[in-house]
Amino acid sequence: MGELRELYQEVILDHSKRPRNFGELAGANRRAEGYNPLCGDRETVFIRLEDDLLKDIGFRGAGCAISTASASMMTEVLKGKTRAQAEALFERFHDLITGRDGESEPGATELGKLTVFSGVREFPIRVKCATLPWHTLRAALAGEEATVSTELTEGPKAESGGA
Amino acid sequence: MSVPAPVRETSGARSRLDVEALRRDFPILSREVHGRPLVYLDNAATTQKPEAVISAGADMYRRSYGNIHRGVHLLSVEATDAYEEAREKVRAFVSAAEEREIVFVRGTTEGINLIAQTFGRQRIGEGDEVVVTALEHHSNIVPWQLLCEEKKAHLKVVPIDRTGEVRVEELERILTPRTRIVSVAHVSNALGTLLPVRRIVEIAHARGIPVAIDGAQAVPRLPVDVREIGCDFYAFSAHKMYGPTGIGVLYGRADLLDSMPPFQGGGDMISSVTFEKTTWNVLPYKFEAGTPDIAGAVGLGAAVDYISKIGIENVTAHEKDLLDYATGSLTGLPGLTVIGTAREKIGVLSFTLDGIHPHDIGTVLDREGIAIRTGHHCAQPVMQFFGIPATARASLAVYNTRGEIDALTEGIRKVQRMFH
Repeated sequence: MGELRELYQEVILDHSKRPRNFGELAGANRRAEGYNPLCGDRETVFIRLEDDLLKDIGFRGAGCAISTASASMMTEVLKGKTRAQAEALFERFHDLITGRDGESEPGATELGKLTVFSGVREFPIRVKCATLPWHTLRAALAGEEATVSTELTEGPKAESGGA
Repeated sequence: MSVPAPVRETSGARSRLDVEALRRDFPILSREVHGRPLVYLDNAATTQKPEAVISAGADMYRRSYGNIHRGVHLLSVEATDAYEEAREKVRAFVSAAEEREIVFVRGTTEGINLIAQTFGRQRIGEGDEVVVTALEHHSNIVPWQLLCEEKKAHLKVVPIDRTGEVRVEELERILTPRTRIVSVAHVSNALGTLLPVRRIVEIAHARGIPVAIDGAQAVPRLPVDVREIGCDFYAFSAHKMYGPTGIGVLYGRADLLDSMPPFQGGGDMISSVTFEKTTWNVLPYKFEAGTPDIAGAVGLGAAVDYISKIGIENVTAHEKDLLDYATGSLTGLPGLTVIGTAREKIGVLSFTLDGIHPHDIGTVLDREGIAIRTGHHCAQPVMQFFGIPATARASLAVYNTRGEIDALTEGIRKVQRMFH
């Protein structure tokens, strides 16, 4: 029960029920759709990029509590950040949820409220849920225009056979 | 917040089985998961194994193992006998006419690929048609898509209705003189729908079209008689019927199998080889190139024995009773929608909860020791039809109890408390 509460912290449940920056972003000049083949979830990330700055960011889609909250909090945290800062945050975030954050050097980018996702490390199968919006963000930033679709490669992907 | 432990009990007066005794045959069922007794409800993905199956393969390796069909030494002879004995058990289990109609393959998926790559490549050409239904597992879609792409043929789909029943009346309209094969599931893995396979075979055969059946979910749950169904091919997997992974069966009518080219080339599938010409071995060895999963086949034979000892009719009755009980319990929960409400259904209960993603349901239930499947169940077209990305799916086996269904119901209540 403790680990479940660590995973589904109140902040995460709140963002999953009331996602911030939700909906298509007017004036977006970057967008990408992310797809998690394990569960069929799709999320679209919209960015208004000015020079190197993420002036505004939003998302749309239906996913589990973890991926929805992750997308919601990602949009809050990244608004006003540079591309380099966004990349650095993703790396720290990834280390956090895969339990490798001990390796980060002191003084590295601060995760701030994203640390509520630390409970994901006890649920390796859910790492992909938390990183879906971040991979999608990366695809959107890399894309020159219009829609970029992405297939994720976070560990073994795709539905196992089974039936 | 306490959840009643799954009661170790026989499952209701209706059942003629001593489920409690039967559960002791399955070593894994006594383990704990996250400090809770395991409640295993992911049987449509794969079933657990009784001791008799686990030890069958191991005993072979300990006592009677050699390669089959080639050695003159005793171990080879004993291994060959055990392998062929397993084939005979499978033949009798599905009431095939002859042992040579039973081809050992890796599983249902390989069985369907075999049909597509031999029968299909031989008989399907440009403009021809393959017919499947809208509720198929990917393993009965993708092999045909690959073939259709190569041959410029068309894949046509018989629709389903909102209950998850196949609209069989549409089949007559969809079949044309260009239809070369109809390939359908016997039981849907995502919805539990039992398809009227005899009627489908009648309709197709009336037009001279052969029928292949994906029996992966049916063989563990229902008496299957391939001659009564009248189908031309029937594929299934050992691991979904209490047997080992890596082995399965393709039944094919002997005259069809005889007329088909080999699937893979190699040892054991030839009669004679020269660099000028190679001739094929007789059935079923023509389709069993290379050293097969000998111990796996023996394990499958043990699984057939195990089910036969229980009585497949008793398995059917027990699973029907449990499915009714589970459907009654779960439909009483607010915000729960059962996906797949066909009149004829067995073994599978797919559902969604308002406002809660199936993955979150699965994670919370797992911490209660309850194993269910969440996702698209390798049936994405089914999910698209119902307009949902995924479902949560509880699927049954002979060792499940009403107490476990109660644990599931209580677990879902807990999920709902967490997310609302």
